[in-house]
Amino acid sequence: MDFFLQLLFTGVGIGAVYALVALGFVLIFRATSVVNFAQGEFSMVAAYLMVVFAVDLGWPYWLAFLIAIAGMALLGAVFNLFVYYPLRNRTYLPVLISTIGASIFLSNTVLALYGPQPQVLPGWLDTPGFQIGPVYLDSQYLIVIAVTLALVAFQYWLFEHTLLGKKLQATSQDKEMAALLGIPVAAMIMITFVYSAVLGGVAGILVAPILFVSIQMGSTIALKAFAATIIGGFGDVAGAILGGFSIGIIETFGAAYISVPFKDAFAFLVLILFLILRPQGVFGERVAEKA
Amino acid sequence: MSGPRGSVQGQTIYGLFAIAVVALAATVKTDGYVANILMQASTYAIAVFGLSIVLGLCGQINLAQAAFFALGAYSVGLGTADYHLPFWPCLAAGVVIAVAAGAGLGVSTLRLGGHYLAMVTISFQQILTVVLINAIGFSHGPDGVSSIGRPALFASGQAFLALAVATLAACGYFVWRLPDTRLGRAMRAVRDNELAASAAGVDVFRTKVIAFALCAGLGGLGGGLFAGGFSYVSPDQFAFSDSIVLLTMALLGGVGSPAGSVIGTGLLILIPEWLRFLKSVPGLYLAIYGLAVILIVIFMPDGIWGFLGRAFRRRPRGAVGSAGPLVLRPADSGSPVALEVRGLAKYFGGLKAVDGVDFQVRRGGVHALIGPNGSGKTTTLNVVTGLYRANAGAIFVDGVEVTALPAHRRTIAGLARTFQNIRLFRSMTALENVVIGAERDGNALVRTSPDALRLRARAALDFVGLGARANDSIPSFSYGHQRLIEIARALAANPTVLLLDEPAAGLNSSEKKALHDLLDRIAVQGLTILIIDHDMTLIAGVARHLTVLNFGKRIADGVTADVLRQPDVVTAYLGAS
Repeated sequence: MDFFLQLLFTGVGIGAVYALVALGFVLIFRATSVVNFAQGEFSMVAAYLMVVFAVDLGWPYWLAFLIAIAGMALLGAVFNLFVYYPLRNRTYLPVLISTIGASIFLSNTVLALYGPQPQVLPGWLDTPGFQIGPVYLDSQYLIVIAVTLALVAFQYWLFEHTLLGKKLQATSQDKEMAALLGIPVAAMIMITFVYSAVLGGVAGILVAPILFVSIQMGSTIALKAFAATIIGGFGDVAGAILGGFSIGIIETFGAAYISVPFKDAFAFLVLILFLILRPQGVFGERVAEKA
Repeated sequence: MSGPRGSVQGQTIYGLFAIAVVALAATVKTDGYVANILMQASTYAIAVFGLSIVLGLCGQINLAQAAFFALGAYSVGLGTADYHLPFWPCLAAGVVIAVAAGAGLGVSTLRLGGHYLAMVTISFQQILTVVLINAIGFSHGPDGVSSIGRPALFASGQAFLALAVATLAACGYFVWRLPDTRLGRAMRAVRDNELAASAAGVDVFRTKVIAFALCAGLGGLGGGLFAGGFSYVSPDQFAFSDSIVLLTMALLGGVGSPAGSVIGTGLLILIPEWLRFLKSVPGLYLAIYGLAVILIVIFMPDGIWGFLGRAFRRRPRGAVGSAGPLVLRPADSGSPVALEVRGLAKYFGGLKAVDGVDFQVRRGGVHALIGPNGSGKTTTLNVVTGLYRANAGAIFVDGVEVTALPAHRRTIAGLARTFQNIRLFRSMTALENVVIGAERDGNALVRTSPDALRLRARAALDFVGLGARANDSIPSFSYGHQRLIEIARALAANPTVLLLDEPAAGLNSSEKKALHDLLDRIAVQGLTILIIDHDMTLIAGVARHLTVLNFGKRIADGVTADVLRQPDVVTAYLGAS
């Protein structure tokens, strides 16, 4: 039972990271109808920025964090301008291929600049954690969970209680109509990319002290986050969060009770099972094209 | 698109060229380095052919072609090295396993959007790599499989290279001819417009699964030859990045033609050899790949071959002499009702778009479905043709219940329709659009010979007055003419009932007059028509019977002149007085 609780805590912590990245997927998908395959690379790039500023240059952690987040906002904007915007009037396939190209470009550029050795990023707090009863609560996991919950709350407030949020929603539902109502659609999509890059960046910075900082971390996280979005029902915000936590827990228990080398395969198996048995996810995707 | 593909000269030239290349591969002595590059290029190009089918013809994505390549390679590798089986059965098993894996993945995801397929293929790729590395007892793990065997007849490196090149030429022929076969046309229709394809009788799901399985099979074939050629395989040769390399090869060369696949593959194998120095910095080389993918997609959407093609290729002028008059011979079971709808209901959440509608369309007549905007006319049509599932009720075509059938099966059962927003296959010519209509299963008038299909399609285009422009591509036609091509596509199928969704919308008065004449000429041949339109002059002129809908319910039904005098119909249209 103690072991079980410990695993549950770990699973929820790692799941929170998947949830953040999944949220980034969903927001961009809703705004552009395209899955951004470079979403995971946002996490990877942010983690490397932290390594550069907090470890290599030795600047304060909070300053490095702010720089990394600013860098991600910039990357999100550049990404929108060069990867999405020129293709916005084409079908989803060219855009999807373009984001795959961007993913490969980003991960290998970092590889060329920084080399293949995994890097270590220390945790945010000096306290490693504390024991409550049988469960050891690692401080980094607590931060991950807390920040994720805070961001989810922020996003709820943004979308439901601000004019900007309503404009973003209108853009994601019907671009033409939104444009006719005077909403600057291109700007809304720009904001979506910037915000999604920041979300992915926060996830990468939070998870970096738990995992190693490596070139592959982006694609690994992204694939699991995508599995999370499918479990939740594609395009559904609440579903993405729920799916993120589910994948984190499934994977942690799978590694503990079944097999460690095949840990990364569990998320994919769950993904394929869901696609076969319940492709619309727990909450269901809005599909159907009008004739 | 036909042009050189259809001609006898084109095929002869291809055959002679292929024989010459295979003969060169079999006889010219090359050093080991060049031979290795040729071996890699020809086996990769076979896999890239697969991508040109799935991506170019069918518009689907596959990010696991290296995994299918690996299935073929490991079948040959493990089969010949560990189990001492002969080469050929191992190669065949590799292709079969790859096809089965591709079909399995396709069946599980192809009903959903393309982004699912992208992710599932990546997942498959990752799982296979994890298994190949970790299942050491079976796969030899990261060390890979060595001393892979070859068939006795092709034991020498040169002979095996000739075999690979010959296979490449044969597969190239298949991929070259595919677009003008029935299957290839179905794939192109699916790529251009899935809804229109299913309304034309194409089984969209099955077509996609076949495209995907063919792609995987070509991957497996290339991989099996690769294993024989290099006598050694290991998991790192078939990673996700290799799938991306294969995809880039397809995109760079152009997915529209096998020539593009060969050009793309050749370039992306040769360029890295020239730029070997880039490999000294890990990552730099793939970073350039990633950038190239983005640039190609943005600036060269049709690849190198498509780019060259636009500059040099002449417009195809397939010789389709004018055919005889279009014959319509709708199936007739003898019952007086051609289409019957009973208690039909369709709800969108709480909205009752269609709420218990009944009507009968009498055989050989023109029947109109009218009503104010939002009264449920188009929804009724969409439920009747199977684009939406009915929540309740039953639909009969010529006495046969079709309520449970998917859209393409209803088309096979005898329905044909046009769309309110025109849905044509925009990358094809007018004739090709209509040919897809003509090859509907259940069209008793057409034998499946290509000539008969083309003649019927030409006759249908002549019938709507566009025969002279049969080889023009769709975007060059005016809006009104595009509507006529949709009608020709439906007529070519020789349907039992023709359903027209607002055919007069957006037409000017002379076009409306021409449409009126066209409907009269169709009705004369005894084809039953169900028409939706707002133009009451047209409706009153052509329709013998009317069904009026309002708020999803039927409010009137009967002979046109009588119905138009009913007070509640006048109220629904003009508002209460």
